[in-house]
Amino acid sequence: MASITMKDLVKAYGDVEVLHHVEGEIEDGELIVIVGPSGCGKSTLLRMVAGLETITSGEISIGDKVVNNLEPADRDIAMVFQNYALYPHMSVRENMAYGLKIRKISKDEIDQRVREAADILEIGQYLDRKPRQLSGGQRQRVAMGRAIVRNPQVFLFDEPLSNLDAKLRVQMRLEIRKLQQRLGVTSIYVTHDQVEAMTLGDRLMVLNGGYVEQFGTPIELYDRPATLFVAGFIGSPSMNFLPATATNGLLTLGNGASVTGANHANGAITLGIRPEHLVHDENGPIKISVQMFEQLGANTLMHGVLDGTDNDIVASMPGHVTAGEGSVMSFSVEASNLHVFDATSGKRIEE
Amino acid sequence: MIENRPILNMVSHAVLIFGVIIVALPIWITFVAATHDPVRMTQAPIPMLPGGYFWENFKQTLFGGGLSGTESAPVWRMLLNSLMMALMISFGKIAISLLSAFAIVYFKFPFRMGFFWLIFITLMLPVEVRILPTFEVVADLGMLNSYWGLSIPLIASATATFMFRQVFLTIPDEMLESARIDGAGPLRFFWDILIPLSRTNIAALFVILFIYGWNQYLWPLLITTETDMTTIVMSIKQMLEAAEQSPQWNIIMMTALLAMIPPVFVVVAMQRLFVQGLTETDK
Ligand SMILES: Nc1ncnc2c1ncn2[C@@H]1O[C@H](COP(=O)(O)OP(=O)(O)OP(=O)(O)O)[C@@H](O)[C@H]1O
Ligand SMILES: [Mg+2]
Repeated sequence: MASITMKDLVKAYGDVEVLHHVEGEIEDGELIVIVGPSGCGKSTLLRMVAGLETITSGEISIGDKVVNNLEPADRDIAMVFQNYALYPHMSVRENMAYGLKIRKISKDEIDQRVREAADILEIGQYLDRKPRQLSGGQRQRVAMGRAIVRNPQVFLFDEPLSNLDAKLRVQMRLEIRKLQQRLGVTSIYVTHDQVEAMTLGDRLMVLNGGYVEQFGTPIELYDRPATLFVAGFIGSPSMNFLPATATNGLLTLGNGASVTGANHANGAITLGIRPEHLVHDENGPIKISVQMFEQLGANTLMHGVLDGTDNDIVASMPGHVTAGEGSVMSFSVEASNLHVFDATSGKRIEE
Repeated sequence: MIENRPILNMVSHAVLIFGVIIVALPIWITFVAATHDPVRMTQAPIPMLPGGYFWENFKQTLFGGGLSGTESAPVWRMLLNSLMMALMISFGKIAISLLSAFAIVYFKFPFRMGFFWLIFITLMLPVEVRILPTFEVVADLGMLNSYWGLSIPLIASATATFMFRQVFLTIPDEMLESARIDGAGPLRFFWDILIPLSRTNIAALFVILFIYGWNQYLWPLLITTETDMTTIVMSIKQMLEAAEQSPQWNIIMMTALLAMIPPVFVVVAMQRLFVQGLTETDK
């Protein structure tokens, strides 16, 4: 088992820098999710840890060994690819055994390890099939099996579930989590799906345009997003952003209404409010002119604009709400649920 | 198309049967000619039905001196020469083009694309164009009248290199990456992954190259002077001219018949893989 340390990591293709000075410390046995929009450099970062991409500058260590110049095979890692990358001409058994065979492990031990992994993943009855004779979910398991048998120090996952249907994805997500906890292997998991990231990760690294926006537990990211980007990316439906002016903690919205924040910011700010934190309240300061309701069953999403402005706003209300389209409804928010960001830098302004 | 129209069915069958006749008739005549005695073959209406001399002709052609009155090698010897040449050409071509495609696709080295285009340009230089310099080189190396001389000048193949390059390009990068993580070095990856994945393409190419090698005419004609080294395709032509008397059709046709057998055998044996190799896209 091992920790992973990334120090001042830079990746450039020619003159184009795609990862900028990434720092991160991953503890032994942790599952870290790297999350961010398409093209932000998630795969690149993961592949640098795997040794499939060269490191432009900076340092990666696994355990206490710097691995910058080690071949992937010498880093004691295993990787699960998005398209599984199973060898099509080998049976499931051979696919799982291939890496062990190259490492000249005895036949008996290979057999035993393959059988153990197959038991864990419940793919025992497919061992003699070719990958093309398996369903997507089964292939996914084989790809995991191939990683497990190696008994590596680190698991790397690059969007391993994105080829599965929604239901299977939820199921496999849980299984990956259980498996990782049971084996206690340090893991890095790449996804662009924020729900997957929230449910799976001990900690999340949010990447945007090659910069680390925030690195913390899911709850930290939800409660105290460090930037506008993180605030908008984490949580569903995503946070409402309203331009406002702060004068010593009093936040004045575009329509003149004001709410009291918990800090002493001054000047132009962006106020962030999560839809689920808007509470229907006859005397609330936030007036919303309602355009439409979306019924989700357990709750109702109300879409509207801040009355008197054209700032879109969404509120999540408990139960069924149907009446009121075209009317103006009032809401209030607890001061601790107001997120204040600097309007120009997008950085969170702390209390 | 699933249609059930009797007239259309009949027409299409008629067309197919007509096609088969056109293709098969010369072969039938060859066969018939190989079963008659020499005299019968010189008489006016050529026979259309087999005669009774098949085994005699067969024995005389394969093991005897072939044509009477000439000094040519027995046909089994020619078959052997042709077989050696065709096999060396096809295996050589496949081995070399697999390796060069491997280098071009998977390794980064200076002037990589330069080398690729260099190989590509040789497409414009078939043996016929470079025949004199090639002859000179082969003669200087003392490879006249040898299997090496017959095959080596024909072995480099831009077409096959190009084809394997395309095949390798369709294999996803992740295959290489996951092999690297599994600890496979370049040669191991080549042998354990690339070759099995190109299996059907190799088979298809083998069929084509074997027939290409088997049918070589000009080159063997040029560099073999000893009767022991002649190949069957060139000898058939020589048989027609060699004898002073009129051509001995029964022997010549029997030789032609024998010359057909190995390519037919290769095609039949490789048929399944061959078709897969040409149609399969699933990697
Ligand atoms: N070989 C390359 N040459 C130049 N630029 C590259 C190369 N590979 C990737 N990039 C760039 O690096 C950036 C990060 O790519 P990366 O594959 O890491 O994105 P990602 O976050 O994994 O996206 P996705 O979610 O779509 O997989 C992209 O902007 C991409 O254009
Ligand atoms: Mg990616």
